[in-house]
Amino acid sequence: MGLLFISPWIVGVLLFSLFPFIASFLLSFTKYNIVQPPEWIGTDHYVSIFSDDPLFLKSLRNTAVYVGGSVTIRIVLGFALALLLNLKVRFLGLWRTLFYLPSVVPIVALSVIWLYVLNARAGLLNSLLYAIGLPRFRWFADPDIAMIGYLIMSTTWVGVTMVIFLAGLQGIPEEYYDAAKIDGANVFQRLIRVTIPLMTPTIYLNILINIINAFQVFTQVFIMTDGTGGPRDATRTYVLHLFDHAFQYLPPQMGYSSALAWILFMIFFFFWAVIVTTSQRCVFYQGGENGE
Amino acid sequence: MAQRGFFERDPVFRLTRIVGRVLLYGLLIVMSLWFLAPLFWMFMSSFMPLDQVGVFPVQWIPRVWMPENFTEALKFWNFGTTFRNTMLITVVSIIGDIGSCTIVAYGFARFRFPFRDTLFLILLATLMLPFAVRLIPVYAAYEAIGWIDTFYPLIVPAFFGNAFYIFICRQFFLGIPQDLLDAAKIDGASEVRIFTQVMIPLAKPAIVVIAILSFQNSWNDFLGPLIYLKDPDLHTLAVGLYKFTSLPGQGGIYNQQMAASTMMVLPVLIVFFLFQKQFIQGANISGLKG
Repeated sequence: MGLLFISPWIVGVLLFSLFPFIASFLLSFTKYNIVQPPEWIGTDHYVSIFSDDPLFLKSLRNTAVYVGGSVTIRIVLGFALALLLNLKVRFLGLWRTLFYLPSVVPIVALSVIWLYVLNARAGLLNSLLYAIGLPRFRWFADPDIAMIGYLIMSTTWVGVTMVIFLAGLQGIPEEYYDAAKIDGANVFQRLIRVTIPLMTPTIYLNILINIINAFQVFTQVFIMTDGTGGPRDATRTYVLHLFDHAFQYLPPQMGYSSALAWILFMIFFFFWAVIVTTSQRCVFYQGGENGE
Repeated sequence: MAQRGFFERDPVFRLTRIVGRVLLYGLLIVMSLWFLAPLFWMFMSSFMPLDQVGVFPVQWIPRVWMPENFTEALKFWNFGTTFRNTMLITVVSIIGDIGSCTIVAYGFARFRFPFRDTLFLILLATLMLPFAVRLIPVYAAYEAIGWIDTFYPLIVPAFFGNAFYIFICRQFFLGIPQDLLDAAKIDGASEVRIFTQVMIPLAKPAIVVIAILSFQNSWNDFLGPLIYLKDPDLHTLAVGLYKFTSLPGQGGIYNQQMAASTMMVLPVLIVFFLFQKQFIQGANISGLKG
């Protein structure tokens, strides 16, 4: 009876997860342009990705910059904002709504807006920098800092991370803080000794979610650069590179693209394994502490 | 308690407290401005004359209000068609997601069967699978069965359950007391009746959250419509807006681009303000994963 209820999902997981998972692995060893049947070529794609595709390394580097930068921004800023809102502020619901609001805006519209926010000549950010007496930048027109533009744009989604942290913070019993106060702990000691240890599971989870999302950054770059990852491939991200081979090259290189997808999967798996192993250590540590 | 009262009478303590509060609210206001300024500017500039949009430093209030930016944008952008297409895809996906996910979640939450826990782990694992891995085989399959340039690739998967929504719904079902179901069973209700007449009404809060996540997902989706729908008559708002802003010669007409963006954003903001609580809940639940 239970199996009957879950049968739609079983069919779904076979069709939309397991089949593509295996098929893309097999396709990564073939030459495939959709029109003709795939032709087996062994590990050729993997060899040429690592030895003969400068854009692979470049896109990987750009993506690493985005992942490192945007995950740090979202975790640090999200946590800081959640701590602020947890200080018994008035109109908590209003602030939370305001901070969360940009995250619900469709990403296509956000991209159109941010093209102008980071406009080199008359953009909003340059106006702000000018108003407070700082130098202006050319953002997307300058290959050296174009990726930084996307990092600044990624503050848009800090609200999502903040909301999750805030819910975690609100779940910490007041008695813990009272006990720490009686022991003479100041604000910072309470943060480091009480709040952060209790929040580690949430922090780890947020890091994992954000890494997964950041690695797949695609839409805003595609829209804002018209699918080129310009200037001079300075903002070509990994998924954009993969998309390029599958859907913008003529003839399409679906096999090559599948190999890129599988390398991405391996990278994901690595991060997932690192986070799971380190987080388990932390949870254990916390359990020991609670037992004291 | 006595200690706290002592400090509150201390003038130094009160002064630091006031300064702290001023700093706190100042910081919150600055952050709100950072988050909202781009959206506010989108709205304002959609009414500005073109030459005012390019002024440095940026201007916030239209010199003259020009609602004709919207009508001009509509000439190039087939808003009516894209809006209808998006609505159709969104509504059908929401129905599919709610139907399939509640049924599957009920199966996971309320029955014992072989490999149930393994299957549930597989469900969670699929959340980790990068979309890039599925992209190509799924596209090739749709191509093979002639589904390119139809809405099927964007709506049919919803009827087979979404791992994340199933997870949300299952957690909710687990929280419903078993006594309630036992009582219904003693009264002679069948499993299907228990599901439709006891569980579904109780699961309303979870269903609203799923509906909202599903709405956001379909309304905002860009990559799916981009690769599956080539015929302009089938375009969605997301792809239509992109095509409009990347039209040749369109690059500089920011006021109309912003008018077009406003048209796409407003329905989402209206839904957001109506269902704020559920939006926040949806985000919170994603924090419970794992």
